[in-house]
Amino acid sequence: MRGGIIPAPIMNLPWRLLLPVMFIAGFGCVVLYSAAGGHVRPWAFSQGLRFVVFLGLALFLGRIKQDSWKAIAFPAYGIICVLLLIVELFGAVKGGSQRWIDLGFIRLQPSELMKIAIVLAISRFYDIMPAGEIRRWNAIWIPLVMILLPAGLVLLQPDLGTATMIIAGGITVMFLAGLPLRLFIGGGVAVLAALPILWFSMHDYQRNRVLIFLDPESDPLGTGYHISQSKIAIGSGGFFGKGFLNGSQSHLDYLPEGHTDFVFATMAEEWGLVGATLLIAAYFMIVRYAMQVANRSQDKFGRLLASGLGCTIFYYFSVNIMMVMGMAPVVGIPLPMFSFGGSALMTLMICFGMLMSIDRASRRSGQFI
Amino acid sequence: MRLSQANVTEASQRFSFTRRSLLMSAAQLGVGGALIARAAWLAIAQNDKYTLLSESNRVQLTLIPPRRGWIVDRHGQPLAKNRSDFRVDLIPDRVPSLDAVLPPLIETLGLTADDVQRIRTDFEKAAGFQPVQVAEKLEWEQFAAINLRLPELPGVVPARGLSRDYPEGAAVAHLVGYVGSASADQYKESHDPLLITPGFKVGKDGLEKTMDLHMRGKAGAQRSEVTARGKLVRELAKRPDVSGNTLKLTIEGGLQAYASRRLGMESGSVVVFDCQNGDILTMASMPAYDPNSFSDGISHDEWDMLSKNDHLPLMNKSLQALYPPGSTVKPMAALAIQRHGIDPHETIYCNGGYRLGNRFFRCLGRHGSVDMPTALMKSCNTYFYAMGHRIGYDKIAVVAREFGLGQEFTLPFPSQRYGTVPDSAWKMRKYKQAWSQSDTLNATIGQGYLLTSPFQLALMAARIASGKAIIPRVINGPLVTPPRLNIPPEHLAVVHDGMNRVVNMGGTAARSRLPLDNVTMAGKTGTAQVRRIAGSQRGGDAMPWKYRDHGLFVCFAPVENPRFAAAVVIDHGMGGSRAAAPVAKDVLTYIYDPAKAMDSLLALEKNWGGTIKERMDREAALYRANKAFENGEIPPIVPIPASGNTADGNSAATVKITAHAAPAPASTAATPVANAPSNPAGTVQP
Repeated sequence: MRGGIIPAPIMNLPWRLLLPVMFIAGFGCVVLYSAAGGHVRPWAFSQGLRFVVFLGLALFLGRIKQDSWKAIAFPAYGIICVLLLIVELFGAVKGGSQRWIDLGFIRLQPSELMKIAIVLAISRFYDIMPAGEIRRWNAIWIPLVMILLPAGLVLLQPDLGTATMIIAGGITVMFLAGLPLRLFIGGGVAVLAALPILWFSMHDYQRNRVLIFLDPESDPLGTGYHISQSKIAIGSGGFFGKGFLNGSQSHLDYLPEGHTDFVFATMAEEWGLVGATLLIAAYFMIVRYAMQVANRSQDKFGRLLASGLGCTIFYYFSVNIMMVMGMAPVVGIPLPMFSFGGSALMTLMICFGMLMSIDRASRRSGQFI
Repeated sequence: MRLSQANVTEASQRFSFTRRSLLMSAAQLGVGGALIARAAWLAIAQNDKYTLLSESNRVQLTLIPPRRGWIVDRHGQPLAKNRSDFRVDLIPDRVPSLDAVLPPLIETLGLTADDVQRIRTDFEKAAGFQPVQVAEKLEWEQFAAINLRLPELPGVVPARGLSRDYPEGAAVAHLVGYVGSASADQYKESHDPLLITPGFKVGKDGLEKTMDLHMRGKAGAQRSEVTARGKLVRELAKRPDVSGNTLKLTIEGGLQAYASRRLGMESGSVVVFDCQNGDILTMASMPAYDPNSFSDGISHDEWDMLSKNDHLPLMNKSLQALYPPGSTVKPMAALAIQRHGIDPHETIYCNGGYRLGNRFFRCLGRHGSVDMPTALMKSCNTYFYAMGHRIGYDKIAVVAREFGLGQEFTLPFPSQRYGTVPDSAWKMRKYKQAWSQSDTLNATIGQGYLLTSPFQLALMAARIASGKAIIPRVINGPLVTPPRLNIPPEHLAVVHDGMNRVVNMGGTAARSRLPLDNVTMAGKTGTAQVRRIAGSQRGGDAMPWKYRDHGLFVCFAPVENPRFAAAVVIDHGMGGSRAAAPVAKDVLTYIYDPAKAMDSLLALEKNWGGTIKERMDREAALYRANKAFENGEIPPIVPIPASGNTADGNSAATVKITAHAAPAPASTAATPVANAPSNPAGTVQP
């Protein structure tokens, strides 16, 4: 082992994951500080605190054996499905779209956890399935039901963005598990064909968002306002940005949701293209770490879970950034770790915990083989 | 069942995973590249565009309405000035729901149902960006309360501003007009953003309208950094406004106010000239609206009340009402007769009328043998019938025009009517008929086709008084010396003598001698018939108000060295000596002895029920009460027909009316005066 000033347990931490994570969270706090007009309250301080707590949680989860994840995969999936059902019933009673269960100390959002649970459960499913079975119908319809059940419940909330994320996460694992390629090509065609049906089954506000995504200037003071103002913020930032605490779009409230869903625009206005590139690069380092963990992993479960989580993280940040830059409809997905908010942060930290756990398992098996 | 026959093993699965995860990574890198490319496109390629948009978000340019120039009288006393006040406006574009915003406004500002209805009407008519005034002249407490509640009142804009103030109120209404927010059409025409700036007013009538640009000034501008909700962050740069110019009039403010008050309960007008230079000292038309409340934004009820009033408070009668001048044109006719060689001392025997063919044209009495001054003094029709018949009306018409009758004068008022001086060519053109001798007789005594405005009568009086071709003016400026009229002084002297006798030597206006020791007034009464009259019946007390004769009076003073000339017209006043001359007496008295004139006015006002404002307020309250009764909201109220005129308004009208034929411009026109054509037909012939 390498000797040195730094003790081995710290040296052995997966810094290739932790450094970009800490960069993103730290940068996020700086941006939130600016978004609050140069104050740590109400956002930067609590976000930083939350990050520290959840980072501890992630490091703790990282020490859990990979087999334990296998064991809880289906039970966790089942419990979260039930929670989704409860939220749905509860929401129906209260007559609105409610997405969380108030546990007193935290507002638990089951759909957020489902983004991980679906990857976990589908990975576990293919892990159990013998290799020879992969070309059977069972390998297709069971995971599809497993995906569409929670996705449908989330869609009922209604939360198109999260439902899409759940479907994307599950399908990605199915793809990586080795299902025939033509199924995905055929499926893609089928989805395209189904788009008109989807269009007519959407809520008005969802349809509106799609329409305004296609032409934000058509409604500059209504729903398109978000996208227009966000593009103005990013575009006026230029290469180096307007400088820390100098973003007029966010400070003068022209940019709505400048500390949550549109925090990327707040950042890009003050830090410019440079900040945007650095942030995207940091996210990519995390995804890259996940993919490498997957490739190093000795068993199918580890491979599928790590790569599935990596893709989920990728979808998470890329959909948000696309939305903020007017490349995707406004779907209400935060920029994980960067936006103010606990749910996405917690989801990502659980991902990191699992990734570190798989990482440890592969290193250990490598050592002992 | 199998999907395919390929044999899948753990090893082949691992291999396919590696390939597919590589594919995923490549796709992710592709998307990442697209993200950065998009960011670069926005931030670098389109940086200029978005920087501009960001700046236009951040910086708001607010126009500061210029302070409107004052209107002052010849001594610099303000007739229209500005008063700083607190106001609240609505910007329709930013109001999501009027029904949500109104209740808190009603509660905080204590708006009446009238106000609410006006706001609703204005709100519907307003073009989105155009401010709708909610309330003006607010107390500081109300203003502060609104500011506190702003977060729940989207689209409500409180502001400190200036509002127009007319100290004399209704007394100057038709002269100076009033101001109001620019109309949507005006904005569409010029697209001047100043027009839709809250608090900015343009002239809507009178001098305020015609001299608007003179008094408007230049708007200032304020660049300020504002939040998306319109909250001011800091002020960046400011360009102060440039006040509009003061408009100085020839009007004598005190006299104008006095004349308006002296008209009292009557419908009528008073015009006073400085007969040496053409300065209009007074141009009063009553009843009138209160320009203060018009400038605040008039309520529907108030408008309704004014437009239905048969005394036509929305019409500037001095310039827009036309009357047969009656006997007031006899001095002018006397000058025409002299010009055509008739000796003023030649007498005509009046036996109560004049026979023309088989028709007998009546005189008011049997005056016996009369010469010209006596004919003027006694207003003998027979004399003028005879002399007019002898020289022909075409010759009199020429002189009538020289004295301004039927002539157009350029005055800064939105609308004027110029009347008619008929002659044979005019009648042929208009009716395709030859001029008859009875036309001559009628026109000579100021009936028939002849129509004039009170303003023209005053101008005629001023030219007769001074013998100068004065040009009327209302805007003060360097004095111009008017040329003399082509009238020999000895001819004028005869007419002055006759007019002096009218007042001072037992003539028709003997009761209206000036109550002054050293100043005397000369004048001429006139009574204009309103309806066709059978036989000798005149439009007197027995007739409903609207068919009674008009009372007219022209005069000048002092007799020896004329300085002031005036015309008074009292609609349906039943006679010049009875209704018009006493008003002229008091008005001219005011010029020389204001205290004495004021005493007699105060005595009169006690009978009328107070000052103009007090009476108007009472009338408005009564109107509202009656309206509420009609709507079944309150029990009936006994109306107070103070002038005795209200009841007459209902009688069935089948008779043709001669004068001021302009319909009440009420419902449609935005200005209270319709721009009616001159020369209304249908004049009465006795």
